Amino acid sequence: MAGLHNSHDYPGMLIVVEGVDGSGKSTQLDLMRSWLMQEGYDVFFTEWNSSKLVKRTTKLGKKRQILTPTTFSLIHCTDFSDRLERSIVPPLQAGMIVLADRYVYTAFARDVVRGVDRDWVRDLYSFAVKPDIGFYFSVPLEEAMQRIFRGRPTLKFYEAGMDLNMSRDPAESFIKFQKMIIEEYQRLVEEYGLVVVHGDHPIERQQRRIRRIVRERIEAKGMRPTGSKKR
Amino acid sequence: MKATFFGAGIPSLVDTDLRGKLIVLEGPDCVGRSTQTRLLQGWLERMGYGVATTSLCRSELAEPGLQRAKRGTQIRRRTLALFYATDLADRLERQILPALQSGFVVLSDRYVYTIFARYAVRGVDPDWLRKAYGFALAPHLTLYLDLNLEALAERALKAEKLGFWECGMDLNLGDNLYDSFIAYQKRMLRQFSKMVKEFDLARVSAQGSIQTVQRRLRRKVNALLDLKETEIDNGSPLGPTIEGMED
Repeated sequence: MAGLHNSHDYPGMLIVVEGVDGSGKSTQLDLMRSWLMQEGYDVFFTEWNSSKLVKRTTKLGKKRQILTPTTFSLIHCTDFSDRLERSIVPPLQAGMIVLADRYVYTAFARDVVRGVDRDWVRDLYSFAVKPDIGFYFSVPLEEAMQRIFRGRPTLKFYEAGMDLNMSRDPAESFIKFQKMIIEEYQRLVEEYGLVVVHGDHPIERQQRRIRRIVRERIEAKGMRPTGSKKR
Repeated sequence: MKATFFGAGIPSLVDTDLRGKLIVLEGPDCVGRSTQTRLLQGWLERMGYGVATTSLCRSELAEPGLQRAKRGTQIRRRTLALFYATDLADRLERQILPALQSGFVVLSDRYVYTIFARYAVRGVDPDWLRKAYGFALAPHLTLYLDLNLEALAERALKAEKLGFWECGMDLNLGDNLYDSFIAYQKRMLRQFSKMVKEFDLARVSAQGSIQTVQRRLRRKVNALLDLKETEIDNGSPLGPTIEGMED
């Protein structure tokens, strides 16, 4: 098992994006995805908390509001384990580029803010594959919040961190929760060598930087497009 | 008495006081664990204890999902071990620990040890398993029902319990149920006997009649609850006489 501290030796490449909601990571990932496809690479996309097997359990827990920090952490790790086995490792073995919207760092940030032990959650996810590149979208809290509240009228219970009992007002709770998550992310940037992208820079400028970094890594790995260039 | 956990434990419950006791019954399939658990429960209740019971895959949160996952064959072992962890954590936080805080005796038919054995046999890293289950409460007493393979096979046959899981058929260890049962349970027993040392489990011989085994178990429970020796036969049968389960 390669683990999070050793490079994998699959022919494919794993690129992950991390950051709080509203940091712009999904927009940048979409742009990266269409660019790579145009270049003729086989791209596989996966996102956090989407295993078919586990989905209904997570939903049940959220709906009945019976998730605790520990079960929240464990059910998300179950989900991740299933997706790793099913949707991340096989495409890497097949030489594809796997793009993951959120990865283990989301758990490391979020679950620790909820109060679980920092070492325990790292041990829990120690079977994960180390990404070739992990982008962290850094954005001032106010900017992220503006983007979120523009597009989303209501916040869900766990999304707003209401289980932490920091405030009765979902919006206020959410802001406090996100602030703590950002602090935890900053620790992870150093610990795991994440590449910081400034999510408040113009979209095209961010994307240019991302493409340069991805291209360098592709060349270093000697990967070649499998399909013809699409236009 | 403060709660002790295998690892970092459960946030918010780390320093909690437990007035009750967590007693676990462990042992291989068909050893008579569930029968003995039931008898212990009746006995403790007659003595005036509040008793709660629990077993694997009984949580509000994870039971439906786990049942679905077990039915399919596509799920990987590590994922299933994590699903069981979710199940245990939910039961610990919302059933077991609250019961212990209010002074109940909780009898757990199987606990982490069964999971450690099952997944070690199936190739999951034992160190990782132990760390992943670091949230789990350390039991006050774990009674390990010990029986040799031959006697175990005999019980399984008589109770007609050579099922898919008891035989570890997912591991392809033999081309018929009986051979597979022997090969699988042998591996399970090896894991259990390693854990007897590692976790200091109280080994109780499961050899003999239901009553004989129940008496042995009650003696250990008596010692934990600080009861007198005379309580062992306290107004309750030691169990039914079932033909075929005698010496």
